[in-house]
Amino acid sequence: MKEYRTISQIAGPLVFVEKTEPVGYNELVNIVLFDGTIKRGQVLDTSDELVVVQVFETTAGIGKDSGIRFTGETIKMPVGRDMLGRILSGGGKPIDGGPEIVPEKRLDITGAAINPYARGSPNDFIQTGISTIDGTNTLVRGQKLPIFSGAGLPHNQIALQIARQSKVPGSKEAFAVVFAAMGITKEEANYFMQDFERTGALERAVVFLNLADDPAVERIITPRLALTTAEYLAFDLGMHVLVILTDMTNYCEALRQIGAAREEVPGRRGYPGYMYTDLAGIYERAGIVKGKKGSITQFPILTMPGDDITHPIPDLTGYITEGQIVVSRELHRKGIYPPINVLPSLSRLMNLGIGKGHTREDHKKVSDQMYAGYAEGNDLRGLVAIVGKDALSERDRMFLEFADIFENRFVRQGYAEDRTIEDTLNLGWDLLSTLPVEQLVRIDRDLINKYHPKFRQAGKAEG
Amino acid sequence: MEVKTEKAKSDATGVLKRIAGPVVTAVGINAHMYDVVKVGKEELMGEVIKIQGENIIIQVYEDTAGIRPGEPVINTGLSLAVELGPGLLTSIYDGIQRPLAVLVQKMGDFIERGVSAPGLDHAKKWEFKPLVKEGARVSPGSIIGEVQETNIVHRIMVPPNVKGGTVKSIKGGSFTVDEIICTLDNGAELAMMQKWPVRVPRPVNEKMNPTVPLITGQRILDGLFPIAKGGTAAIPGPFGSGKTVTQQQLAKWSDAEIVVYIGCGERGNEMTEVLTEFPELEDPKTGKPLMERTVLIANTSNMPVAAREASVYTGITIAEYFRDMGYDVSLMADSTSRWAEAMREISSRLEEMPGEEGYPAYLAARLSEFYERAGRVKTLSGGMGSVSVIGAVSPPGGDFSEPVTQNTLRIVKVFWALDAKLSQRRHFPAINWLNSYSLYLDSLHDWYDKEVSPEWNVIRSWAMEILQKEAELQEIVQLVGSDALPEAEQITIEVARMIREIFLQQNAYDAVDTFCDMKKQYDMMKAIRQYSDLAYAAQSAGVTPQQIVSVKSKNELPQIKFIKDYKPALDKIQAELDEEFNALRSAA
Ligand SMILES: Nc1ncnc2c1ncn2[C@@H]1O[C@H](COP(=O)(O)OP(=O)(O)OP(=O)(O)O)[C@@H](O)[C@H]1O
Ligand SMILES: [Mg+2]
Repeated sequence: MKEYRTISQIAGPLVFVEKTEPVGYNELVNIVLFDGTIKRGQVLDTSDELVVVQVFETTAGIGKDSGIRFTGETIKMPVGRDMLGRILSGGGKPIDGGPEIVPEKRLDITGAAINPYARGSPNDFIQTGISTIDGTNTLVRGQKLPIFSGAGLPHNQIALQIARQSKVPGSKEAFAVVFAAMGITKEEANYFMQDFERTGALERAVVFLNLADDPAVERIITPRLALTTAEYLAFDLGMHVLVILTDMTNYCEALRQIGAAREEVPGRRGYPGYMYTDLAGIYERAGIVKGKKGSITQFPILTMPGDDITHPIPDLTGYITEGQIVVSRELHRKGIYPPINVLPSLSRLMNLGIGKGHTREDHKKVSDQMYAGYAEGNDLRGLVAIVGKDALSERDRMFLEFADIFENRFVRQGYAEDRTIEDTLNLGWDLLSTLPVEQLVRIDRDLINKYHPKFRQAGKAEG
Repeated sequence: MEVKTEKAKSDATGVLKRIAGPVVTAVGINAHMYDVVKVGKEELMGEVIKIQGENIIIQVYEDTAGIRPGEPVINTGLSLAVELGPGLLTSIYDGIQRPLAVLVQKMGDFIERGVSAPGLDHAKKWEFKPLVKEGARVSPGSIIGEVQETNIVHRIMVPPNVKGGTVKSIKGGSFTVDEIICTLDNGAELAMMQKWPVRVPRPVNEKMNPTVPLITGQRILDGLFPIAKGGTAAIPGPFGSGKTVTQQQLAKWSDAEIVVYIGCGERGNEMTEVLTEFPELEDPKTGKPLMERTVLIANTSNMPVAAREASVYTGITIAEYFRDMGYDVSLMADSTSRWAEAMREISSRLEEMPGEEGYPAYLAARLSEFYERAGRVKTLSGGMGSVSVIGAVSPPGGDFSEPVTQNTLRIVKVFWALDAKLSQRRHFPAINWLNSYSLYLDSLHDWYDKEVSPEWNVIRSWAMEILQKEAELQEIVQLVGSDALPEAEQITIEVARMIREIFLQQNAYDAVDTFCDMKKQYDMMKAIRQYSDLAYAAQSAGVTPQQIVSVKSKNELPQIKFIKDYKPALDKIQAELDEEFNALRSAA
């Protein structure tokens, strides 16, 4: 392979190389330092005169004397069955002291888009054992459902509880976890690793670690390596794969850094204008393919800068993912775990995975009614602060009360408490029965007669 | 408009000079703006979007990874065009009209590149039935025959860019879309397929004023903010507020004859949902599967961005083609913001001077050109057809002051403002009744008078007034609490709540409530009005608001939504309302 020594400029993570043979766009580049170390990069712009290379590691040590080798192919990831149980760096190199991965295949890390016509419809209900998810924001296999959190909130505990408890009731199919850390601290990473080890999940996991002190630009490829692995496990080996990506905020910062280095016209708050498309290239790699056994379900975690949901990172994510689980500082302060605020949370695929034949026929309506009740009660809290409880009507007081018990009984649960969907729905009815029946305007009479505790018991007493 | 013929080889082939993402530069070809070119050894499809001295700048509709300077570029000399003819209905295409089902056969479950696939099936035979005889005079746009495509009749027309003349020969029978079925005395040979460049609007005889509503079965739309057939509407809203669900509801239930649904830069799973759901749903009018009247364009967020830019043009051209046959077509574009972002991305690669928020300066022009292709028209053949356009807008951070929303609102006549506050309460459709508007109310007034009831327009204004009044009262309630309101006002609050919860809220996922015809809408609103009239009368007669609000029979009203044959139940409730109020008044 020909080696060039024609670097003309180095700026941030970018290296400019002159007078090369024709080089392919997006081609993998090896940069050889004077001591023989090799750094990897990728071609961002190629023409007769100049090639722009984005380096995935720190550019420290790269100089005009460094050698540039164009590999003639786009970045590929060696994948194989024996990746399960392994810990790799954010760039895909083993860091657990184990042997190199024996590749069964080498796959392009960009990943082609699933043809929408080939997609299978995601409708297998996943029971996470958490009421605020199963009951009101139900997750299905093949969904991408991010956790929107803030600094210092227990999103990691929630993600782990989901990873630990998730199951498709009645199914015993092979599953795997792919965990990609981007710029999180060693301590956070340990927290995940210890839990994986303790529960035995590590055997079924592939871990990619790019920590806070690892090069920021490497974060650009970490999620792509993870998803390439996930696609292999899901669509070649037929496993149901849960992918946890944390923290997407750090990924976006790296993206912004590269945009700035390329002197691009910045979009909102300095993030590149193509960030939507870029993130879609990651998040859309979830789903089911018709006629194939496996599935990819994604749990990206991101911390909203300043708890602001309109910040471009959560905003663009929300526009791509199929809903979001929002972790609330206010509930956390009240000492409620998991502090999931259901109001801004949403699962868009919920309707495909619930109801008769999936969970229970009353699921949708119970969920809607609880939302409406909680939303109304929550609004009234603001009013009470101004006018006092006495100025409220009878009806208002009931809804105010409902908001409290909803938080304390439905939202609050233990870190190891694994509720079945039946438990969750029955709990929902118990809470709704504190409201007068005529206030349950979103539920059909038939369902009320069948499931409402008052009628359930009356029915039993008669019969 | 005559299609250009292929150029001489010498200047039709050049070489690539630079590749930077979806935009590449070639030299050595003689190209015109918007010519379609084949890029690189794999012959990826692209389109010329800028000419700068020697440099021909091309946007490529497929991924450009691995392509090198020096690879060849071939100019086809043709503009980006779609194939129009039998076989469009029930199809699902990418942004440049490649059938996704064919792509699965050719390259598997993932979209690879370098595969071309024509928009129509050229092998399939269709039963063509002539509608004109030899010797008949035909002109551009004339209908010369028909094909039973699905349950929809596909009318075969003289292409708008072919000169009229006398029919020399025409034959019925089984033909492919390429076979000649008709010749004219001027030498023109016609097949069932025609091609049309997507960036050029298809000509019409005359644009007419819309006077008929597009009935959607969605109460807040038909009832409060209707769109006309041939009209334009925008649905802006933050993520998760209900743009896609609303668009899909319209695609399912609106009384258009043909639906073109463009998934422009959105989710793959949403298109799958349409693909699995539509064949199973029935058109409430014809009882036939909804898929049979539908054409889908799916260029999801992770598919190439240049093809996303093209997808809205592909969609609207197909819509115009069916309009020309005399159909009422409705087109949904979800989301026009992703289209605008594709423009922005390409523009920034061209290093054009950015306008507001990085969007190109021609954003407003492109948006208005697009919406101008909507309309109720007299077609070239003298019939009436329409294209209604409903565009979703996805403003960053849900802030409507951004350029795409603002430029869209300057053009469209109907504004359905989605509101995150409502969707978080699970008030669906989360359309804000105070901010939304329809500028078609006047032109549709007569239709509602005639087709629904002369009372309808009155009752609609009444409902809007109550909602407006409630908003004002809510401000007071926020300060003093609801019990401190005067008695009449307490009733207004209650009636407004009923309008919101019973009439406005509509669950797209309930088997019955998902679609509500105008008759039922009117009956429901009338029942609420009846309660309101009785309530105010009772209040003046000295009945307390407590008693009025606790009238039992009104609690049954919300259930009407979920009942298909609601009339007996509603009559019963209305009779009971009368009785209960009578009793209250005589007791007072
Ligand atoms: N009319 C409706 N009836 C019931 N539920 C609805 C309705 N409209 C919206 N929803 C609920 O809101 C969710 C989000 O709606 P939708 O996917 O249409 O949002 P969107 O505005 O298209 O968001 P994005 O911009 O992210 O695509 C749906 O999954 C559904 O749960
Ligand atoms: Mg949407």
